[in-house]
Amino acid sequence: MVASTESLDVAVSHIDPGSSIAVGLALEHAIPFAAGHELLRRGIDDLTLIGPISDLLFDQLIGGGAASEIRAAWVGNVSTGTGYRFREAVEGGEIAVEDHSNFSIALALQAGAMGVPYLPTRSLLGSDIFERSELFVEATDPFEGDRIALVPAIEPDWAIVHAQRASPRGDVHLWGNTGIVGPAVGAAENVLVTAEEIVEPDVIESDPSRVAITREQVASVVECPFGAHPSPVAGYYNRDNEYYLRYDRRTESRSGFEEWADEWVYGVADREEYATLVDADLEITEPTIAAEVQYGQ
Amino acid sequence: MASSEYTDRELMVTTAAREIEDGDTAFVGMRLPLIAFQVAVSTHAPNALAVYESGVVRDSPADGFIHTMCDLPNLDRAVSTTGMVDIMSRLQRGDIDVGFLGGAEIDRYGNLNTTRVTAGDREIRLPGSGGACDIACMADRTVLLMPHEPRRFAESVEYVTSPGYPADDDGRDDRPAPGGGPSALVTSKATFGFDDSGELYLRSVHPGSEIEDVLAAFPWDVQTADDVGDGAVETTPEPTAEELDLVRTFDPDGFWT
Repeated sequence: MVASTESLDVAVSHIDPGSSIAVGLALEHAIPFAAGHELLRRGIDDLTLIGPISDLLFDQLIGGGAASEIRAAWVGNVSTGTGYRFREAVEGGEIAVEDHSNFSIALALQAGAMGVPYLPTRSLLGSDIFERSELFVEATDPFEGDRIALVPAIEPDWAIVHAQRASPRGDVHLWGNTGIVGPAVGAAENVLVTAEEIVEPDVIESDPSRVAITREQVASVVECPFGAHPSPVAGYYNRDNEYYLRYDRRTESRSGFEEWADEWVYGVADREEYATLVDADLEITEPTIAAEVQYGQ
Repeated sequence: MASSEYTDRELMVTTAAREIEDGDTAFVGMRLPLIAFQVAVSTHAPNALAVYESGVVRDSPADGFIHTMCDLPNLDRAVSTTGMVDIMSRLQRGDIDVGFLGGAEIDRYGNLNTTRVTAGDREIRLPGSGGACDIACMADRTVLLMPHEPRRFAESVEYVTSPGYPADDDGRDDRPAPGGGPSALVTSKATFGFDDSGELYLRSVHPGSEIEDVLAAFPWDVQTADDVGDGAVETTPEPTAEELDLVRTFDPDGFWT
């Protein structure tokens, strides 16, 4: 696959309704909110959302009617707890939920990335995540005889990743905690990368150890400054904590969510216009610069 | 008497912080534990290490308030920023000494529910496990944190998100998980331990609370330290001035505390 540099609306249009999408993979860091909002604007629905601790983006996609199934370990608002659109959709039977732990979703994607049907774990047994699910299987370790839980592979149609910078070829630098970005990118059929900056290939090649995703895995690369707001991006901007608290207050009711979405999603044409709505000071206060490294030859 | 000097949650943080021993590797989750680790590493446990499921590894307090483990102050000058499979693998190998967990409900054997509860005839969906199930299964010991509210104490939880001890068994030996189970429950009124059969017992009451009031919140007869031969029920030590100062430095607007 040859990556192409596209606008966000074009890149997102490659995602078909009914697709499975792994998103929010670095947990509360660098969540691809811009791509998620574009999915809503384009009305791409019937999605299966896959993630670990999935912060507000899942709640927003559910509220906007884009999701029919959730495979995740935690869905809510990390600052306040409840994601009201998630909660109402589950209680109303509008979406199906497959409950995972963070490790089981990580292992499912890791198995997908490794091309094996399942991976074993010492977690889960004794929990209702295991007992009340038909997904996981108890087995006996053929070597030592221990009881063990088997987690079947997940291979998403798409993984969407927000990163600091990428080359037009689709080689991607990202830094900070990576959560399950690696396993999800490895397991996904297609990868959409939104990046704070598109840079010359030379910049990426100067530091190959920082490359987390390479071109053959990537379908589309989109330059998308501020694409993770309200989540933080190391080196670019801090988390907009007040946004999370306001979202909590505004979206407890269905109508409140719709007013919120009219303002923040459907009321803006693109990310550039979205950025004009944000008044918080999210500037980096400790501009820590990594020491220079040499590779040499 | 207590509330005029510090809040319930400030006491919970300092009590939780004391459960981290020097040299421990602690698995730090959301909310109060974010602050508790920073207090511990700033006071009695300078050689403690924190791992976070997002991949962050830290040995020092963050320079700035953190809402979440992924906030930039928590990444800045971390020991390492890696991924979840790495962090969870350390847990699975048995390398994590202590983990922190909260929940909507707890039963007498320390099983926690963060998935769904019933209020009247209505089922309420909660956010789910996150890494809690994994920490409960695989940390050497876990410290549970919860507001002291009767609705949170259940003879049997509706959904076991994070396993404690099995009720029909005398330990966790039938499980392949390397974890040892809950070692303490810290509520807003008291601190509890778990006896040899894995049952909760009252260890200490926080200043300003009475034993009778603390026990009245439970739907079963809760054992006390006297009952299990662990001495008398004590009074939880108050936060020191240094600890309180640290809590207020790490959470300057009192968002978590």
